[in-house]
Amino acid sequence: MPGNQGQNVDLAIVVAIQVIYSIALLVLISAGLAIVFGMMRVINLAHGEFMMVGGYATIVAVNAGVNIYIAMLIVAPLAVGILGLLIERLVIRFLYGRLVDTMLATWGLSLLLIGLVTLIFGNTTTGISPPIEGFPIGAYQVNGYNLFVIVITIVMVLAIWAVLSGTRWGLIARGTMQRSDMASALGYSPDRVYMITFFAGSALTGLAGGVLAPLVGLVPTSGTQFIAKAFITVISGGASVIAGLLSSATLFGLVSQLFTFSINPMVGEIALLVAAVILLRLLPQGITGRFFRGSM
Amino acid sequence: MTISRRTFLSTGSALTLGALAAPSIIGKALAAEKIKLGSLLDTSGLFDAYGKPMDMALRLAVDQINAGGGLAGREVDIVAYDTQSDMALYTQYAQQLVRKDKVDVVHGGILSASREAIRPTLHKSKTLYFYNVLYEGGVCDRNIVVDGVTPAQQVEVLMPAAVKKWGKKIYILAADYNYGQITARWMKKYAEEAGGEIVSTDFFPLDVSDFGSTIAKIQSAAPDMIVSALVGGAHLSFYRQWAAAGMKSKIPMASTTLGVGNEHKVLTPEEGDGILVAYNYSPELQTPANEAFLKAWADKYGDTSLIHEIAVSHYQGIQLWAQAVRNAGSIDYMKMIEAIEGGLAIDGPAGKVSIDPKTHHAVLDVHLMEFSGQKLKVIESFSQRQPVDTQAVCDLAANPDDNQQYEIKI
Repeated sequence: MPGNQGQNVDLAIVVAIQVIYSIALLVLISAGLAIVFGMMRVINLAHGEFMMVGGYATIVAVNAGVNIYIAMLIVAPLAVGILGLLIERLVIRFLYGRLVDTMLATWGLSLLLIGLVTLIFGNTTTGISPPIEGFPIGAYQVNGYNLFVIVITIVMVLAIWAVLSGTRWGLIARGTMQRSDMASALGYSPDRVYMITFFAGSALTGLAGGVLAPLVGLVPTSGTQFIAKAFITVISGGASVIAGLLSSATLFGLVSQLFTFSINPMVGEIALLVAAVILLRLLPQGITGRFFRGSM
Repeated sequence: MTISRRTFLSTGSALTLGALAAPSIIGKALAAEKIKLGSLLDTSGLFDAYGKPMDMALRLAVDQINAGGGLAGREVDIVAYDTQSDMALYTQYAQQLVRKDKVDVVHGGILSASREAIRPTLHKSKTLYFYNVLYEGGVCDRNIVVDGVTPAQQVEVLMPAAVKKWGKKIYILAADYNYGQITARWMKKYAEEAGGEIVSTDFFPLDVSDFGSTIAKIQSAAPDMIVSALVGGAHLSFYRQWAAAGMKSKIPMASTTLGVGNEHKVLTPEEGDGILVAYNYSPELQTPANEAFLKAWADKYGDTSLIHEIAVSHYQGIQLWAQAVRNAGSIDYMKMIEAIEGGLAIDGPAGKVSIDPKTHHAVLDVHLMEFSGQKLKVIESFSQRQPVDTQAVCDLAANPDDNQQYEIKI
C-alpha cells in the first residue's frame, strides 16, 4: 500500500523532528546551568526561577509593544543577566567554594523570586502565543515554533563554543576556573572573571526562559518543572561543558521520546530518570568523565 | 492535585506575609448573639487564584443575608482564617474554629486534600460542613453538604453532545491523579453509551509541559475529537502547542477542566474558540438571578472578571446553608440536618440548586458551553442533573452513620 507507506515516512519525519526538538530543549534549559555549575561549581538552585523570570520579562515586553523576537532574544537574556549580576555581587561572590552554603542561599533565592513574582503578577497563568504558524508534513501538522527552538539552540551552542575556544576571554575564563591562583598570579582578577561568567550563565538561562515563554502556561512556580531535568542533564554530562551537554541531552532526549512515542508520556518521564540513574551508577563522573575527555 | 517538596516549601515563603493578615476575625464584640460562620480558604499562596474570588463570594453572600435581616432573627458573623495553601494549616484552623471560636457552620476547603484534612474534625464535633467546590465525587458523610459539580454530572452532558456534534472516535487526555483517572473512566462510560469509541487515553504528570510527541500521536490516531481533563499551568501548554501546530481547525476539542480557573481569558480567541465545556455556571447566563448576582458583585467589588465556577458554587453553598437555617427556624444541629434532608433548594445565579437527601450532594443545572471570544457562550442548558456517581455508592438514609469517601467503580 503506497499511501500507507508514504504516511509512515511522514510519521518518521515527525518523530525525528520531535526527538531533535527534545534534545534541543534539554540543551537550551541546561546551558546556563552548565556554565554556572559545570564551570564555576556553583549549585544554583534558583536556575528554574531564572528561567521563569526570563519568561515573565518576555511577556511584559511583548505586552508593552516590543517585537516578540526582540523580547525573547534580547530583553529576556539581558534582564536575567542583570539579575544574575546583582545576585552574584550581593550573595554568590561571598560563597565561592562553599558548596552547601551556596545551595542554601540559592534555594532561599528561588523562594524569594517565586514570592516576588507572585506579588507582582499574581498566582495566575499567563502567556503569549507562538509567533510561528504550524506547517504540514504529509498528513501531519508540525509546530513551526519547535523548529525555531532547534535553530536557536544550535546557534547558541555554536556561540558558546566560539567564545570559549576562540576568544582570549574564553581562554582566561577556562584558565581561571581551573586554577584561579595561577590566573591571579598572571594578572587577571578572578573576581571579575567569575562575575562576568555568572552574568553569561544567567543570560543564557534568561534566553531559555524567553524562548520557552510562548510554549508554556507561565506561573510563578513554573521554574520547578525545569530544574530537575537541567541538573540531571548537566551532572550526567560531566566535566566538559559543551560535549557533556550535547551527549547527555542526546541520550536523555532519545530515551524519553522513544518511550513517549511507543508507550506514553508518563513512561517517557520515568525512562529519562531511570536512564540517568543507570548512567551515573556506571559513569559517576558523567559521560565526559570517560568519553570525549579533554574536549570542550 | 499533588504537592511536591518544592512547591510545599515555596508556599512557606508566603507564610511570613500571610501571618500578618491572618487570622482576621470580624466584629468580635457582638459575637455572642450572632450566628458564627467559620471560613477556611486559601486566600494566599499557590491556590489563591481559586480562594480569593471564593472569599469575595462569601462576603457578598453574608452581606446580603445580613441586609435581609439575618437568619432566625440573628445576624451572621464571619470567622475567617487564611489557610495559605498549606494543608497543615487546615487541620490547625479547623480545630481552632471548633474549640476556640465554637462556630455554627464551616464553609471552605478547596483541594480534595484540604477537605479530607478537616472533615474528620468537623464530623466528630458535629459542626456542619459545606464543601462548595467541583470535585471527583464519592464523599458520604451526613455532616457534610457538597454543592459542587461531580464528574458524572459534567460528563453526562458533555460526551453525548460532543459525539453528536463531531463523530465517534475519541482521544482522551487527562491529568495523572485521582481526579483525571476517575473523570476519564466516566468519559469512557458516557461516550460508549452515546455510541462513541475511545481510541486512546493518555495520562500526564502535572509538570509535563511539552506535548509535541502527544500531538503527533493524536494525529496518527486520527480521532474525530479530543476530550481533555488536563489540570494546571503546565498542562495549559497543550492548548497553546495544539493551536500552534495548526491542529485546532482540524480536530475539535471538549474539556471538563478548561475554564474553571478562567483559562478562557488566558488563551487567545484563536487558541480557545470552539472548545466545548460543561459547567454549572457561566457569567453569560441570561437569568434574573444571575443578573442580580452580577450587579451585586459589581456594586461591592467593581470588577466582575474574577468570578469563576467555584466562586459561584461557594456563593450558592452559603445561600443553601442560609435557606436551611430559615427552613429549620434555628441552628440546632439535628433540626439543620432535617432541613438539609427535607427538600432544601435555592434559586442561585446558576439556576436551581437542591440537595439530594441520600447523598447530601447537589442536584443542579449543567450548561453546555463553547469558548467564544474569551467568553463562555451557553449553547444548551440541562436542568436538574442528579449526582449519579455518588448516588451509586452512598445512601445516607439507609446508613446515616456512614463516614468515608468511596472510590466509585464504573
